[in-house]
Amino acid sequence: MKTSASILIALVVIGVLAPLAGLYPQFLMKCVALALFAVAFNFFTGNVGLLSIGHAAFFGAGAYTAGYVTKTWGFTPELALGVSLLVAGLLGLVMGGMAIRRQGIYFAMITLALAQMVYFVCVQAPFTGAEDGLQRIPRRPLLGIFDLSSDLTMYAFVLVVLVAITWGFQRIMEAPFGQVLLAIRDNEPRAISLGYDVQKYKLSAFTMSAAIAGVAGGLKALTLGFAGLPDAHWTQSGNVILMCLLGGLGTPLGPIIGAILVVTLESRLSGLGVVQIGSLSFDLSTKVPIIIGFIFMICVLLFRRGIVGEIGAALSSMKARQQPVVADGKKTSSAR
Amino acid sequence: MFDIPLQVLLGQITIGLVNGCFYAVLSLGLALIFGLLNVINFAHGALYMLGAFGVYLAFQKLGVNYWWSLLLVPVVVGAFGALIERFLLRRLVGLDHLYGLLFTFGLALVLEGIFRDIYGSAGLPYPTPASLRGLMDLGFMRLPIYRVWIVGISLLVCIAVWFLIERTRLGSYLRAGTENAKIVQALGINVPLMVTFVYALGAGLAAFAGVLAAPIYQVQPLMGSNILIVTFAVVVIGGLGSTAGAIVTGLALGVIEGLSKVLYPEVSSTIVFIVMAIVLLLRPAGLFGREA
Repeated sequence: MKTSASILIALVVIGVLAPLAGLYPQFLMKCVALALFAVAFNFFTGNVGLLSIGHAAFFGAGAYTAGYVTKTWGFTPELALGVSLLVAGLLGLVMGGMAIRRQGIYFAMITLALAQMVYFVCVQAPFTGAEDGLQRIPRRPLLGIFDLSSDLTMYAFVLVVLVAITWGFQRIMEAPFGQVLLAIRDNEPRAISLGYDVQKYKLSAFTMSAAIAGVAGGLKALTLGFAGLPDAHWTQSGNVILMCLLGGLGTPLGPIIGAILVVTLESRLSGLGVVQIGSLSFDLSTKVPIIIGFIFMICVLLFRRGIVGEIGAALSSMKARQQPVVADGKKTSSAR
Repeated sequence: MFDIPLQVLLGQITIGLVNGCFYAVLSLGLALIFGLLNVINFAHGALYMLGAFGVYLAFQKLGVNYWWSLLLVPVVVGAFGALIERFLLRRLVGLDHLYGLLFTFGLALVLEGIFRDIYGSAGLPYPTPASLRGLMDLGFMRLPIYRVWIVGISLLVCIAVWFLIERTRLGSYLRAGTENAKIVQALGINVPLMVTFVYALGAGLAAFAGVLAAPIYQVQPLMGSNILIVTFAVVVIGGLGSTAGAIVTGLALGVIEGLSKVLYPEVSSTIVFIVMAIVLLLRPAGLFGREA
């Protein structure tokens, strides 16, 4: 039960130390936005066990929404993120409602196809600025009071959002709702026979995941000042899958670590120094997708549990060797 | 005045039929691979792209003509697929299906990335073979011969594959393997070899579609991923259950897409997905699908 608290502390410590260590706030903000995206994705796929290849639609929708309401209607950041949350959540409810009845591979293909439909809507819709996207999205003061124009204060704000949501998700997983999700993932027929409305649980988790992915997109748009087609493109869905797979799918901190690794890798490879404003897509450098693809294949072939997952497994097998009784006791208590 | 829209309509229907042939050949390969390997082959689009680049490069670098390429490129890409299956995909047998999907996803990124790194994103033209140039006069309209050729040869290949699967001894082994691989293996049939063959066949079919596509579409690295996602939607609509279902659904959706370009162009890029959404609401298992 202490996991959520220790995660909270770890995140805050790392988050506060990072700019002190001389990392650029721009780079860090991109890390935070994508980490939140990965956390949202992991909340659904890691805990429900269904692979969504459609999360780019929510990320993109969130980015466009936040960008549009900030630029055109003059919304303050917290309002803009709130609208992103609602729009992406609603989209998630609709997409999830269609996809959730199907299992495994069909679910993956349906989410991908529906997300592609959203992408084409983004290409054609009048408010997305087509190929140009929404550029120069201003940073308005938080709550109309706090100035966020400095990168460091903006970073502090997005870090708070990331920490709060990650902690919240962890709390949900410790609550009965989360326990039911895990039960469904591990043994769906049994969860049904216990009387749980499985579809409703899955759909709720998908909608929550989509809504937070929208917030992540909103954060990205507000911090980098840009929302565009790459945000909604299916490669972005692939990106977030890789982040979670690399860091450790289903672990609370894995997605964040994976996101940091992928963002670092991309910005290093692009050869433009650490920060890269403008586009999150692969388009800037031609070498990035090849290497990302190889990492994908290696992850799947060799370490499917991801970095955090492998470390955790190594630790628990060490523990089990030392005190077999404790390990057994833990197992029964979590199965309870 | 009424004649012109009719011409346009028929023109778009034939273009749709051509696209439908590509959907049919690709979704046929996807369905075959899924049936025996339980893997959704995300690299299918990349293999299609390899086919198109194969015919392009064979012509540019080696001077191989279209006809030899049409025969050889699918064989080469199929052999490449066999290697991928034998040495990499096989390691994932027995794991969750999703790992196969993720692995082939990575493979697709690598293949497309390599070609994009070398050839850039711009399309490369491939000349239509001389004997297939020109128009065919059907009396009420004139059709480019190459389009007729695509439709004819794709249908022929689809029927041949259907015959192989549904009417031959090998096909009966394959279908049995789809039902229960362990028992087929116990009966003394070399299932691992059959799996490699099926992956190679699927890869070869994708490459074949790529070769056919080279003269009418631009040869470019991302040509596969765009068509693949539509093919996924086709597969969801048709269901992965039947060989004939994959072919019919592919053709029908191509025609629907073509019609939408005339009737309501705004939705032409999304129509397949809209149809998919409607089918999912009415018949969640797909038109020809078994409940999965």
